[in-house]
Amino acid sequence: MGWAIALHGGAGDIALNLETERREPREEGLRHCLEIGVAALKANKSPLDVVELVVRELENHPHFNAGRGSVLTRNGTVEMEASIMDGRTKKCGAVSGLTTVVNAISLARLVMENTPHIYLAFDGAEAFAREQGVETVDSSYFVTPENVARLKQAQEANRVQVDYTPPLQKEEQIPPADGESQIGTVGCVAVDGNGNLAAATSTGGLVNKMVGRIGDTPIVGAGNYANSYCAVSATGKGESIIRGTVARDVAALMEFKGLTLKEAAAYVVESVPKGTCGLIAVSATGEVTMQFNTTGMFRASATEDGHSEIGIWHPGQC
Amino acid sequence: MGGWAIAVHGGAGIDPNLPVERQEEAKQLLTRCLNLGISALRSHCPAIDVVELVVRELETDPLFNSGRGSALTEHGTVEMEASIMDGKGRRCGAVSGLTTVKNPISLARLVMDKSPHSYLAFSGAEAFARQQGVELVDNEYFITEENKGMLKQAKEAKSILFDYRIPLPSKETCAAAAAENVLQMNGLPISVYAPETVGCVVVDGKGNCAAATSTGGLMNKMTGRIGDSPIIGSGTYACDLCAVSCTGEGEAIIRATLARDVAAVMEYKGLGLQEAVNFVIKEKLDEGKAGLIAVSSNGEVACGFNCNGMFRGCASENGFMEVGLWE
Repeated sequence: MGWAIALHGGAGDIALNLETERREPREEGLRHCLEIGVAALKANKSPLDVVELVVRELENHPHFNAGRGSVLTRNGTVEMEASIMDGRTKKCGAVSGLTTVVNAISLARLVMENTPHIYLAFDGAEAFAREQGVETVDSSYFVTPENVARLKQAQEANRVQVDYTPPLQKEEQIPPADGESQIGTVGCVAVDGNGNLAAATSTGGLVNKMVGRIGDTPIVGAGNYANSYCAVSATGKGESIIRGTVARDVAALMEFKGLTLKEAAAYVVESVPKGTCGLIAVSATGEVTMQFNTTGMFRASATEDGHSEIGIWHPGQC
Repeated sequence: MGGWAIAVHGGAGIDPNLPVERQEEAKQLLTRCLNLGISALRSHCPAIDVVELVVRELETDPLFNSGRGSALTEHGTVEMEASIMDGKGRRCGAVSGLTTVKNPISLARLVMDKSPHSYLAFSGAEAFARQQGVELVDNEYFITEENKGMLKQAKEAKSILFDYRIPLPSKETCAAAAAENVLQMNGLPISVYAPETVGCVVVDGKGNCAAATSTGGLMNKMTGRIGDSPIIGSGTYACDLCAVSCTGEGEAIIRATLARDVAAVMEYKGLGLQEAVNFVIKEKLDEGKAGLIAVSSNGEVACGFNCNGMFRGCASENGFMEVGLWE
């Protein structure tokens, strides 16, 4: 028992020789966000507040694909999405298609708390943001030079594969242009000393995605889920995570099959195609697990008994 | 292998005072859709084609809340959504925020078959529709006179009792207390509630399952609201064990990941289809009201609901056929 927290900055084909100037700011970002989360848990903030706080911080960090630093659609625009869920009440909120909201995760929380709905998208979500008075900025704030270059690269590499006019085989699409284009999503899961759980996930989506594309992140049960057993945030190839109902399945395996958190997470990560998925999860009893079938996952975790780690690749590598 | 089976629904939560002739119309439409699906199954159409065919028919008929006859947003417009899933390979496609696409379910199928993604929404989905050349109509086509009247009534009911911007103490008024004694769905008196959603689930003679769900959403919904229908695992789900389509209070269905949970308790807890349906309706919905239809790969068919009635019909290869509204 005791509190626990885990967070991620995306899973994918992260080169083992990732340049120092790209690795270090992310490691630093993970460390910074972990410290913020741990401090908030120690100050007895609720897990729901903690995951929102940490994901806001990850969104504000330009090196992760969410908020500022979001990857770009085919048209060079940003369309962000996010969701949040409270394990005790199973209340949840989600947003998609945001173009001006600084912190998508906080708007998801407002959808959960201040509307009769769970999920608002595109113009309706933007109108709700203005009505609620959350911070909005010009869309250009979210666009980083690195992502402009990444889109150009992706479009040059994928012009044929991603165009949906000719028939295509789904599994072969969206090859990573620079080995990082599939690294999307940030997330945080937390449990307090009383076993209250919460999960939050946020993303800019997939490089060169079609305008209007919705991935797994805002889908309750796919990219994000929390109940009285555990809280889960997933990252990777959205289409695989949706069809695998990944986040719900970790909880369902604990609930219906009696597996432990680690067993359930391993089972789910094993059951989706290799190279498509990573997840972080905490249980009501304060266990934490971070598993992935990709080359790497930017991740960090800490528990009340003093354990703390930050990692990118599988243990034993680098 | 138990042969083919099919179930259709036209939404859960029916006004007990619904005129008898409207009940008959609904039964006739459900029967016609069942027969359409049955002939396709007898002609050895794959399950995924049958669910699309049947849901297209339900969308095209104005009677139920999907396609023509969709419920209206707070601005009086129509925003439709749908999803489809093939149990074989668990391939899926979903759409939201459609305003001109005549048959949302077929666009969801095209997202599954012809795009690199699983889910497209709003203007991006409309652009994809134009690119794919599907049939488009003016938004007015979807709007019926009856739904305009329902929106007005829903606004009147909501402006007093259910506006979320009104501070909490108003809930304690006697008007609210009186309303609690009235049958409700989604915070609306059942007489102005438009049952959400149509759906179809099928297992074909080869044991392949598929599910499809389509809706105009909730009457008087906020613009941009997404419900359970396009959410894989909530409103729609299919795998190699079963196929499920849900209807009712979207938010309760999403929280419960209702469709996936039917499959999950079969897969992880070893329950049979009807047991699984009963379990999720009883244990997973909390206070929410919803219904669902389901088929299993060995040819069973089941339905369940915890609200006042569900428009539904089902049939299987052994000659069983049933169309019903009430318990």
